[in-house]
Amino acid sequence: MERVPILKIGDILLVSIQVDMSDQTAVQLQEDLAERIVATGSHGVIIDITALDIVDSFVGRMLSAIASISKVLDAETVVVGMRPAVAITLVELGLSLNGIRTALNVERGMELIAAARADEWHEADGDEDAETTATS
Amino acid sequence: MALDAESRSRLSRLLTEHAERLTERWTGLVVASLRGRLSQAELARQVRELHRSMIDALAGGLTDLADEHGGELRAVLSELSRGRARQGFSATETAISVFAIKDALLELIEQDRDAATLRDFLALSALIDQMGLFTFESYVRTRESLIADQAEQLLELSTPVVKLWEGVVAVPLVGTLDSARAQVVMERLLQTLVDTGSPYAIIDITGVPAVDTQVAQHILKTVVAARLMGADCIISGIRPQIAQTIVALGIEFGDIATKASLADALRHVLRLTGVETTSRRARREA
Repeated sequence: MERVPILKIGDILLVSIQVDMSDQTAVQLQEDLAERIVATGSHGVIIDITALDIVDSFVGRMLSAIASISKVLDAETVVVGMRPAVAITLVELGLSLNGIRTALNVERGMELIAAARADEWHEADGDEDAETTATS
Repeated sequence: MALDAESRSRLSRLLTEHAERLTERWTGLVVASLRGRLSQAELARQVRELHRSMIDALAGGLTDLADEHGGELRAVLSELSRGRARQGFSATETAISVFAIKDALLELIEQDRDAATLRDFLALSALIDQMGLFTFESYVRTRESLIADQAEQLLELSTPVVKLWEGVVAVPLVGTLDSARAQVVMERLLQTLVDTGSPYAIIDITGVPAVDTQVAQHILKTVVAARLMGADCIISGIRPQIAQTIVALGIEFGDIATKASLADALRHVLRLTGVETTSRRARREA
């Protein structure tokens, strides 16, 4: 069975899907990814689908599932590198990737995750400030 | 009424004997019908060529325009009608160039009241009718290929994607947006987003004369597809009437940003990307 490799770059896990996804591969990927997120303590997952010619409802559901799993483990998921033809087909089919953030390429995806993290920190800081003012 | 060998030889003799008078009269009739939009010398050349290939075809044993002896005659005729179609003449004006030979020929044989001559003329007339129809068909074919070419050129011409800023591209849409064009626009925009890595696209519809539900549908699809790829779209250039139509038709743009002008859209995008624009005091000319 083919396995999708998961690479760690700094605080981010990079998954580049280069093979046709089967049920087994998808389940294996979800398990591997969940383990790696916990093991490395990563806060961002980038799924690169540049090599995918076809994204059907199955792949769409898999991506949504990965995003949900990562969310539970406090990691932001960004799908990058969707081809124009794939996007057009998805729109024509009326499929939308709910709850998934997208970016044009890996670089933009990393920026997006960094920005999301910064927002979170900022919000947390803001809350602390509010608490301090309230107590003082 | 098919041409037999005897009448063919009689006809080709008739055409050859009176060649000078016939072509002159023929040219005269064609010139009158075209009202001087083509030079007399050019017309005389075409008529002589047609005349020559008719004689050749008759001498070669032509019975029907579609058979193998009519090859050269067909080539001359299609050349003639292609030329006429490209120069913008009407179908009637093109066909008259062929039919005029009937009048010219009739004037020639009028004094000759022989029954055989009359039969020959009728047979030849049938052939000329075939020639006329053939001319008309090649005329239409030429026109249709012209129209197809133009439609293709229009499709290529009217969908540029321009880079406005680092990471911002714009598509100024001009003209009616039908399904075929919308498809081309969508594909080109999405491909440009990938090629340039721009996370923002502005679709400017200033040049779209009318927005109906179908056009809106196409624009919305493009925006959703761009979002799936990780880019954001802003729609700009909505004229007052268009805004009223959109509301009247109940079209919902949802959370897609819409701006009145391209400048507003660009300012909006620049603010999103964190670029600040400050106006400096205008430099005074000394």
